[in-house]
Amino acid sequence: MAIRAADSDALIHARGLTKRFTNLVAVDAIDFDVERGEAFGFLGPNGAGKTSTMRMIGCVSSPSAGTLRVLGMDPVQDGPRIRARLGVVPQADTLDTELLVDENLFTYARYFGIARDEARRRAGQLLDFVQLKDRARDRVEFLSGGMKRRLTIARALVNEPELLLLDEPTTGLDPQARHLVWDRLYRLKQQGVTIVLTTHYMDEAEQLCDRLVVMDKAKIVAFGSPRSLIDQYSSREVLELRFPIDVTPPLDKLDGLADRIEALPDRILLYTPDGEAAAVAVHGRGLRPESILVRRSTLEDVFLRLTGRSLIE
Amino acid sequence: MTGALRVLEHNLIVYRRTWKGSVFVSFVSPILFLAAMGLGLGGLISRGPVRTVDGLPYLAFLAPGLLVATAMQSGYVETTFPILARIQWERTYEGMLATPLHVLDLLVGEFGWLALRLGLGSVAFFLIMLLFGTVHSGLGILAIIVSVLTGLAFAGPILAWTATQRTTTSFSLIGRFLITPLFLLGGVFFPIHQLPQLVQWIAWLTPLAHGVALARSLLVGVVPSSAGIHLAVLLVYLAAGIAAARITLQRRLVT
Repeated sequence: MAIRAADSDALIHARGLTKRFTNLVAVDAIDFDVERGEAFGFLGPNGAGKTSTMRMIGCVSSPSAGTLRVLGMDPVQDGPRIRARLGVVPQADTLDTELLVDENLFTYARYFGIARDEARRRAGQLLDFVQLKDRARDRVEFLSGGMKRRLTIARALVNEPELLLLDEPTTGLDPQARHLVWDRLYRLKQQGVTIVLTTHYMDEAEQLCDRLVVMDKAKIVAFGSPRSLIDQYSSREVLELRFPIDVTPPLDKLDGLADRIEALPDRILLYTPDGEAAAVAVHGRGLRPESILVRRSTLEDVFLRLTGRSLIE
Repeated sequence: MTGALRVLEHNLIVYRRTWKGSVFVSFVSPILFLAAMGLGLGGLISRGPVRTVDGLPYLAFLAPGLLVATAMQSGYVETTFPILARIQWERTYEGMLATPLHVLDLLVGEFGWLALRLGLGSVAFFLIMLLFGTVHSGLGILAIIVSVLTGLAFAGPILAWTATQRTTTSFSLIGRFLITPLFLLGGVFFPIHQLPQLVQWIAWLTPLAHGVALARSLLVGVVPSSAGIHLAVLLVYLAAGIAAARITLQRRLVT
């Protein structure tokens, strides 16, 4: 496994990190380092161990084995000191529905020991940042899903964290709301905030992450930048063929047309440097698929290659 | 313990919006109970052959019992549904524990807040008692503290239990098989010594009987020789409850 920097520089340093529950190994001896200023992703399907990893980094779950250092400290010994410098966006919103929008930020700032005046100032500033200023005096329950998510992100920033942990930041949001969240995260990254996120959306990982690890069944199965992972594990282009439902796909006739062929329930994927040429060749063999699509490889293809399964099933 | 203060501050901010309704309820309930049971039933007793209960007019006998029993019920109500909501449905505690706060901050903050709430409720009740003329000694004001302690003595163990629950099924069972029987048999409406020996023993094992006995003495200006035992029972329940809650809540939230 490629490890870039010396341990001392890494904001998060994990070796052989393991989390066992009574009858389940949720995280199985994983190694990774997160460097200051980067956006680092954990990509994988539900149940891959992403959330368990995030909870250990967030010091609310203790490792069963292995080494974990966060901001140079031990999460088991120094939990409160580490958490004082973290921002956490959990998978399910934990906003206080008994409080108004700005009160959520104010009370949360107080948990960090921030003085009242300063807490009020930051609440206003952050509501501006996540574009919720006009909802400041609203009740949280009247916010849309995307607004709640943005408020949760604002809340995680109230202590001006060096490290922002986001567990599936845009799951369940519509495309417009997702783009708004991505835009804010991108700005944070430019301001120098180190971002660690989990996702099962390949486009999210491609958009946001400088580097990522692909997790499956509690282990890391690949590691690198989105581009390098695609280069390493997939072809440049993918030709997607769909055949009518009542036709058995003629897999044998496709032999030799691509570097690799994946037959999914609803379509056949041909991995090839030149999708157009492969499409012509398919026609040349007398095959008439219902639809043909040539596209670039994505992390989805990487995941399929590595695990034999789709990310979102 | 500044962390606990911040948890308390959070509750205060929430309360800013709900206090009117809650203050209203804290006055209405004692008025209703004292009027109906004390004046209604008490009127009947005062015309009977004995005329008093344990040497007290019925209203004076009943009022301290109701004061303490009301605190018990608040202690139960505040540590079941609202706490499970913060653990599981709203996940407020998960959010709090992502900050420098500890589980113990959270617990001490919640109990501190509950003590304030029980205090407010008990003061309201006490004011109504003054109005009904059932406070016969300045010592009676100490009954407010006894009432708060009794509420907390129930809140501790019940919160510890709530932290182990994933559904609300057991909450109504606690109400039906613990809180209501104690309300009826814990010395609130009639003296415990009228009950069968076994039931008496059971009653004295719970905080309610001790809280009621102590409050009742204080309100007629007597510090009973058993005061130390009563207080000790209440404090042991409270301390054991917080210790247990610390373990169960930690197990639930920090895995």
